[in-house]
Amino acid sequence: MSKISEPLATRHSQILGVGDYRPSRVVPNSEIVDLIDSSDEWIRERSGIESRRYASADESVVDMSVAAGQKALTAAGITADQLSAVIVATVTYPFQTPSAATDVTLRLGNPNAAAFDISAACAGFCYGVGMASDMVRTHSAEYVLLIGVEKLSDFTDPTDRGTAFIFADGAGAIVIGPSDRPKIGPLIWGSDATAREAIVMQPSWLELRNPNGLGNIGWPDIKMQGQTVFRWAVYQMAPIGLKAIEAAGITVDQLDVFIPHQANIRIIDAMTKAMKLPEEVIIARDVRVSGNTSAASIPLAMAALYDSGEVKSGQLALLIGFGAGLVYAAQVVELP
Amino acid sequence: MAITEQEVLAGIKEIVEEVAGVPGSDIEMSKNFTDDLDVDSLSMVEVVVAAEERFGIKIPDDQVAGMLTVGDAVNFIVKAAN
Repeated sequence: MSKISEPLATRHSQILGVGDYRPSRVVPNSEIVDLIDSSDEWIRERSGIESRRYASADESVVDMSVAAGQKALTAAGITADQLSAVIVATVTYPFQTPSAATDVTLRLGNPNAAAFDISAACAGFCYGVGMASDMVRTHSAEYVLLIGVEKLSDFTDPTDRGTAFIFADGAGAIVIGPSDRPKIGPLIWGSDATAREAIVMQPSWLELRNPNGLGNIGWPDIKMQGQTVFRWAVYQMAPIGLKAIEAAGITVDQLDVFIPHQANIRIIDAMTKAMKLPEEVIIARDVRVSGNTSAASIPLAMAALYDSGEVKSGQLALLIGFGAGLVYAAQVVELP
Repeated sequence: MAITEQEVLAGIKEIVEEVAGVPGSDIEMSKNFTDDLDVDSLSMVEVVVAAEERFGIKIPDDQVAGMLTVGDAVNFIVKAAN
């Protein structure tokens, strides 16, 4: 009987380039406060957010993805036709099928790459890094374009005091390809699905189909139990970050950069404290001017650190994403 | 040996001082966390987690909402710890 031949030996993977796209419209807290009976000071104290970006009505999840993806390809020095796969992490693409990734790869000029979306909310980017890295390592792909993108302004209730000032829009992308040595550490991931009610999008599309639905039950938007999420994010995720550091074979003293999901400056600061990261570690705090862009926040924050000159190629960065599900993923990467 | 109300209050004072920078002398049983001590909902989570560790108890999320004053927290902890 014939047998399937042995697979090629695994190889190493790396991030080759980073790209971002920030919508041009800057939305200061002053534009948000009236509908939630709040103030600039209140928002800054509770979230660290000074402003965020909203995409325009005719600027789609795919538009932002293509812009960020093109920048990442240029930074990586490869062209779209070299891509084996395009992965889009998002929860705000307003079609369940076909995927955003198929439109992205088509518009980038490669209509034949494997393409799919992943739904892991604010952990989507780190899930994607793990998946893309494994695809390269096992020869399922040569080069993978991974995009984290959200247009949360479409799915946020502007009168919800718990979320209106937090969520925002943007896209970040990276290219992952082969490497002569390990530059992406092991993926530490999982979920706490018993707490899946802590962040929900409601109502469902089926409820909306009811002709009496719209107007009575409202447009689907995201609701969050702030205290529950804060507690989980800080105290359950800090050990996950430390596990990813250990799995990469380094110690916290050898870490250069910490790029957590940009949920809230209070979560970032409390998590940094809980992990006892040394003061020298550069902490991404892009949430101040970008808000919480869910799957896009980590690559956006990474790009911002390059733009400000705070990081350089070769530094070791801990990435950790966590969000609705509740789901999480973390890994240490060597910055390109 | 059972922990006393005074011991829990002393612990809460230290925790709130550490988390929110409120001087321990301002912290009394009757004080409201939000209105009097400026401990917002997220700082309250940090206080609760620190109290859980210190007193070896569990404070469920649905109980935190009912802890409006320092006294509410102290009474809950004394009961839970004994």
